[in-house]
Amino acid sequence: MTAGASIQQTALNAGREPLLSVRGVKTYYGNIIALKGVDMDVHEGEIVTLIGANGAGKSTLMMTIFGNPRAREGTITYAGRDITKMPTHEIAQLSIAQSPEGRRIFPRMTVFENLQMGASINGFAHFDQDLERVCTLFPRLKERLQQRGGTLSGGEQQMLAIARALMSRPKLLLLDEPSLGLAPLIVKQIFSIIKELNEKDGMTVFLVEQNAYHALKLAHRGYVMVTGNITMSGTGKELLEDPQVRAAYLEGGHH
Amino acid sequence: MEIFVQQLINGLTLGSIYGLIAIGYTMVFGIIGMVNFAHGDVFMLSAFIALIFFLILTTWLGISSVALALFIVLIIAMVLTSLWGWAIERVAYRPLRGSFRLAPLISAIGVSIFLSNFVQVAQGARNKPTPPMIRDVIVLFQGESGYNVAISYKQIIIMIVTAVLLSIFWYIVQKTSLGRAQRACEQDRKMAALLGINVDRTISLTFVIGAALAAVAGTMYLLYYGVVSFADGFVPGVKAFTAAVLGGIGSLPGAVLGGLIIGLIETFWSAYFSIEYKDVAAFSILAIVLIFMPSGILGRPEVEKV
Repeated sequence: MTAGASIQQTALNAGREPLLSVRGVKTYYGNIIALKGVDMDVHEGEIVTLIGANGAGKSTLMMTIFGNPRAREGTITYAGRDITKMPTHEIAQLSIAQSPEGRRIFPRMTVFENLQMGASINGFAHFDQDLERVCTLFPRLKERLQQRGGTLSGGEQQMLAIARALMSRPKLLLLDEPSLGLAPLIVKQIFSIIKELNEKDGMTVFLVEQNAYHALKLAHRGYVMVTGNITMSGTGKELLEDPQVRAAYLEGGHH
Repeated sequence: MEIFVQQLINGLTLGSIYGLIAIGYTMVFGIIGMVNFAHGDVFMLSAFIALIFFLILTTWLGISSVALALFIVLIIAMVLTSLWGWAIERVAYRPLRGSFRLAPLISAIGVSIFLSNFVQVAQGARNKPTPPMIRDVIVLFQGESGYNVAISYKQIIIMIVTAVLLSIFWYIVQKTSLGRAQRACEQDRKMAALLGINVDRTISLTFVIGAALAAVAGTMYLLYYGVVSFADGFVPGVKAFTAAVLGGIGSLPGAVLGGLIIGLIETFWSAYFSIEYKDVAAFSILAIVLIFMPSGILGRPEVEKV
């Protein structure tokens, strides 16, 4: 992503209603506060990334968007609708898909069945087509369609989690650390797939990453989260060049 | 030899009834990790529903074909018992979801007591007999000592109905999107919800399916023994639970297998040793199996690759 394009994208967003908007969200685990009032927007057609250290609350934010755990304060709106109190499965039916933390593959279902699960929201309307598409994206999965999810390697499970999320043709795709535990070559591949989905299909992507360098390079915009607060935001390029971000997340990192 | 074959037939019949009930235990345990102690009483209740409708159909409506009456009774019992199963989950278990682990268990014991007492009050405490339904037997072969090995029409019906319904059930669980949603919730409820599955509805569905199969068992039990009482939920319920544990709780084929094994042990023990100790035999085998295979015969060990 070039600097020009990022700025263009940001300019485009001005005055437009965001697809996903998080306002003042506070989430607790029991009495422990995990999100301390998060504000964040994702506009249609964007790739937005959220970076931060372990335990900063990135995955909690992802799950809070889906209402599990539920935000105790604040509002979350999606496509103009308040989804803060909506049941999780109804949120999913609004065409938001997630590849969650820990991948959460159904271990005793075959790869094929896992993909079927991903497609169940849109009633299998384009199942064969979508199956072919994810098999092209991840040829590895094609070889393993009849194998049980629990027997896949970590990297294969990661691919399956992403593929499963894609099966519903989501408008908004939430990816929680897609690079976790993958070989650098596959990470590269996955990031280029994300970019392709965004550019070709216009899929909006919200990406949580520890792999800050790749994520910021890919994303139009980014947010930095520190212990439950958003501390910084900007275009991917701005954040990449920011000395604080560099010191905290990039030095000695992946470049 | 003759006795052996005869007991094999008897044991398989009894075992299919246990297996049908055991599925309800194992499915509910699989999806919400709870032992539904009321399930045995749901089974008893279904036998009463079957009895009442059998009498209505044959004496009031004058249906003379026993087979037709049985078929209708089976359908009605399945529908009404499913409604009970659904209502019990709704009233007694769902409000306690997310509560401490023992809460739904205690609630289940409460439902069990409620159901058996409800039936006792509504139907009386005495055994309720059915008019004899099907008496014919087929003599398979005659032993030298004059001992005939026979299979009754009842037994044939029970085995066929069980086999057919288990196949339908297996098809639903393995091949339909309903069954897939059910298995998904069993394996990871949180993820299933993220994929748009209505978890509450799926859990309700599990209770409905379990109750429907219990109703098949209840109708078959009534057909087989021709008598039912309000207390009949307990022992078959515990046996079926034992079957589920023996087969590996959470495993559907395990439940059926466990049911057959318990049925066979019970009948063989009664035939060759003493009938008074048949329950002891069944439970002892359970204890022995669990010592060597703690997760049951077809159960999966708790460890899972992450």
